[in-house]
Amino acid sequence: MSPTGVAVQDAAASQPARQIVNDFNIQVATVNGSGSQTANMVLFRSIFQMGIPVSGKNLFPSNIAGLPTWYTIRTSKDGYVARKREIDVLVAMNNETARDDVMGLEPGATVVYDEPMQLAALRDDLIFYPVPFDKIVAQVCPDAKLRRLVRNMIYDGVLARLFDIDMAQVETALNKQLGRKVKALALNQAAMKGGYDYATEHLTKQDPFVLESMGGSGDKILIDGNAAGALGSLMAGVTVVAWYPITPSSSLCETLIDYLRKYRIDKETGKATFAVVQAEDEVAAIGMTLGAGWAGARAMTSTSGPGISLMAEFTGLGYYAEVPAVIFDVQRVGPSTGLPTRTAQGDILSTALLSHGDTKHLLLLPSSMAECYSMAIEAFDLAERFQTPVFVMSDLDLGMNAWVSEPFECPTEPPDRGKLLDAETLKRLGEWGRYRDVDGDGIAYRSLPGDGMPAYFCRGSGHDGDAGYSERADDYENNLNRLARKFETARSVVPGPVTEREGDGKVGVLAYGSTHWAVVESCDQLAREAALAPRYLRLRAFPFTDELTAFIDRCDRVYVVEQNRDAQMLSLMRMEMSPERIAKLRSVLHYGGLPIDARSITDAILAGEGHALAPANGDLKT
Amino acid sequence: MQPYRGSKTTLCAGCGHNAISERVIHAFYEMGIEPSRVIKLSGIGCSSKSPAYFLGGSHGFNGVHGRMPSIGTGAVIANQQMIAVGTSGDGDTGAIGIGQFVHLMRRNLPIIYIIEDNGCYGLTKGQFSPTADVGSKLKTGVVNDLPPIDTCALAIELGASFVARSFSGDKKQLTAVLKAALSHRGTAMLDVISPCVTFNDHVGSTKSYAYARDHDEPLGEIDFIPYFQDIDVEYEAGSSHLVKMHDGSQLLLKKLEAEYDPTDRLEAMRILHETSRRGEFATGVIYVEPDKEDFIELLNLVDEPLATLPLERVRPPKAVLDEIMEELR
Repeated sequence: MSPTGVAVQDAAASQPARQIVNDFNIQVATVNGSGSQTANMVLFRSIFQMGIPVSGKNLFPSNIAGLPTWYTIRTSKDGYVARKREIDVLVAMNNETARDDVMGLEPGATVVYDEPMQLAALRDDLIFYPVPFDKIVAQVCPDAKLRRLVRNMIYDGVLARLFDIDMAQVETALNKQLGRKVKALALNQAAMKGGYDYATEHLTKQDPFVLESMGGSGDKILIDGNAAGALGSLMAGVTVVAWYPITPSSSLCETLIDYLRKYRIDKETGKATFAVVQAEDEVAAIGMTLGAGWAGARAMTSTSGPGISLMAEFTGLGYYAEVPAVIFDVQRVGPSTGLPTRTAQGDILSTALLSHGDTKHLLLLPSSMAECYSMAIEAFDLAERFQTPVFVMSDLDLGMNAWVSEPFECPTEPPDRGKLLDAETLKRLGEWGRYRDVDGDGIAYRSLPGDGMPAYFCRGSGHDGDAGYSERADDYENNLNRLARKFETARSVVPGPVTEREGDGKVGVLAYGSTHWAVVESCDQLAREAALAPRYLRLRAFPFTDELTAFIDRCDRVYVVEQNRDAQMLSLMRMEMSPERIAKLRSVLHYGGLPIDARSITDAILAGEGHALAPANGDLKT
Repeated sequence: MQPYRGSKTTLCAGCGHNAISERVIHAFYEMGIEPSRVIKLSGIGCSSKSPAYFLGGSHGFNGVHGRMPSIGTGAVIANQQMIAVGTSGDGDTGAIGIGQFVHLMRRNLPIIYIIEDNGCYGLTKGQFSPTADVGSKLKTGVVNDLPPIDTCALAIELGASFVARSFSGDKKQLTAVLKAALSHRGTAMLDVISPCVTFNDHVGSTKSYAYARDHDEPLGEIDFIPYFQDIDVEYEAGSSHLVKMHDGSQLLLKKLEAEYDPTDRLEAMRILHETSRRGEFATGVIYVEPDKEDFIELLNLVDEPLATLPLERVRPPKAVLDEIMEELR
């Protein structure tokens, strides 16, 4: 330990008067490509196994190696899992960012750092724990070439000691993370123990942070939204997957490929009951998806904003020619290339109305891992039921970060394949036309190539009720009106919104997707700090259902919280609402690329309600 | 014959595309292929209208400009039991669709891909397309100064397994080529010179009827003997070449240059370049690789159509989900 470190520690700290248990966050600042992900996941998993509500946010650059990356783990005994702005514990491993990282901390925060960086001299209102990582790794890892890979595991040991994490849990987590890699496991164990022992011998506990077991993780699972979407697709019985790699959606199809190879190879023949094609671009990916959907397969693709833009023309074809397709949009920051590794809800408006001409599409808006899973299944059913492209609007925060979830339920209902023409229906109808609305719900019967039913000519050009080419005004209008009717039918079938807080109705809050978790926390802050009782409705789909208008009617003012600049969901509402309802709507927007936090929402709503703002960081460590 | 015919053509009288539609109707009929077993696909343009004018009993999909290959890929892997025929044009393939064309050739998807090649954009009134020759003249006097894309040479370069060129005015050859394409497993790429009577059939055009007749250089005569005709083929070695197609049909190429072997890629490229240098275009089956693995085999698909597999084969049982949940704990 350096003398400086000792001196500052002594100055900063008298023994903490009280403990902060299971309610703080840890930010690890490293360089990407340095193997820190294993160390971070072991730490995250250890806390998860202790049954403490925990969330992890990976802030990483669009780069493979050598640039700064931060991983934040939030523990919250109250179950808050949104990002928190203030950092309580910093693990500073990256010389390039360490100074800024330290200078950005609130007074009283704790810093574990690589000793040669001499960070303790920077401030006298923090608690510093210097750790000589190179010395420790030299002792525990004789092979110099491997040291770089296990060096980060040392901070897991240090933190385990400082915050009283059960070492057995860390061992279990490490085993789970490294699995059968015996040699790597032994090296990492040694590094972790090296850190733990160093902390025991050399560091005196001065910070207030402690982790206490809350009874284990039970049957909960750890998963990211992309894997959840992949599992949903697997259980939906997907048969054709066409995709083009793009951050942050790639891992959805990659995980799905792993599951398909494991669980969807026919046992007798050794052959695949699925086809996966890595397309040449997103245009081809959606084209293959539509071709397969037209031929009757459950087909999907997965992409992000730039891919959505490329899919615009084909999406219009899918809408107008009425071909089912499932498209996962794992949203990232746009426009253009934007910030490929940052999160946003910025594709809502463009996707809802994607393509030229009059088009409207079904959007599903998952908020949780369970919904990333269940809405994947629902998307396939809706796509076939409504014979149209359906978008699952996830985002980077949901898709790529690890979340704790209840285990997923196996679907009990068979897939809804929609109105497929068969001999019986044909007999009942007497005469069949591909685009005739025989049931009054806007949905016509379709036949599939090879099903023995009458064929039709599917086209993106003007067509009549029998799929014949037509440029007649009445044919065109009839068709467009029927498509609008179909969209109205969908209104009562898509997942309805969920009342998350009943509240008193003075203040209403509307949100969707990953924003949900910050809104939940914000509602509590508003109650605590300003005695407000917000009524909160969480949207789950577009088109909007009647519950939305009823909700607005029952509130005095409604704050629409979303992660984009242009209030995109509010704009969609504006298209459908009466002026009196629109007049009630306010916007709370967050669009810096980091996941939204509760404090930002609370401050915005307090300001909107005419309340004096709480002092800066008023809820921090009070 | 009726289900083999389509609706009445709306293309110009004398359009080469109509002659091609006629040949498609005859080839499918003579090969005994039920229209209900066929899916016909196209992009956008005059060429892409033509699937409406043949095989009325087949399912059709007229998609977006230049992207028919992706729709075809999705449809064929969803139901590999269907026979796919796509029609495209020289703009639809060579310009907006060149990317998808390139990757279709690489994948060797089982599909017959016909380019109805007139060297211009008919439906937008006669602009040059990427297959127009250097020096070829528009009616307005505009001269093309960019080199053409030879779709046959490109396809061979990309690994295509059946590459042919023909002329809409050569009924016998085109019918034989189409039948051979129907016997092929994998992508059969047919570039068919198909003059545009309205915008590109004048003196100075290299895609006019007159120019095509004068510069068509058949590689030899083609006899196609379908698998269901039990005929012993006798031929003279040296100037003839017999190719056994994947379905058992036989393709007899007669009066070839003595050294020409249509299963030799280098030979095929040589012929294309030599004829092109002389200002001619070689027609016939230029290259064929009957046993190349197709995309369906590559994907190792079950024999039944993926589209209609029963639930128990596509949804894993609850035990599988439970197993995955356990791994995630």
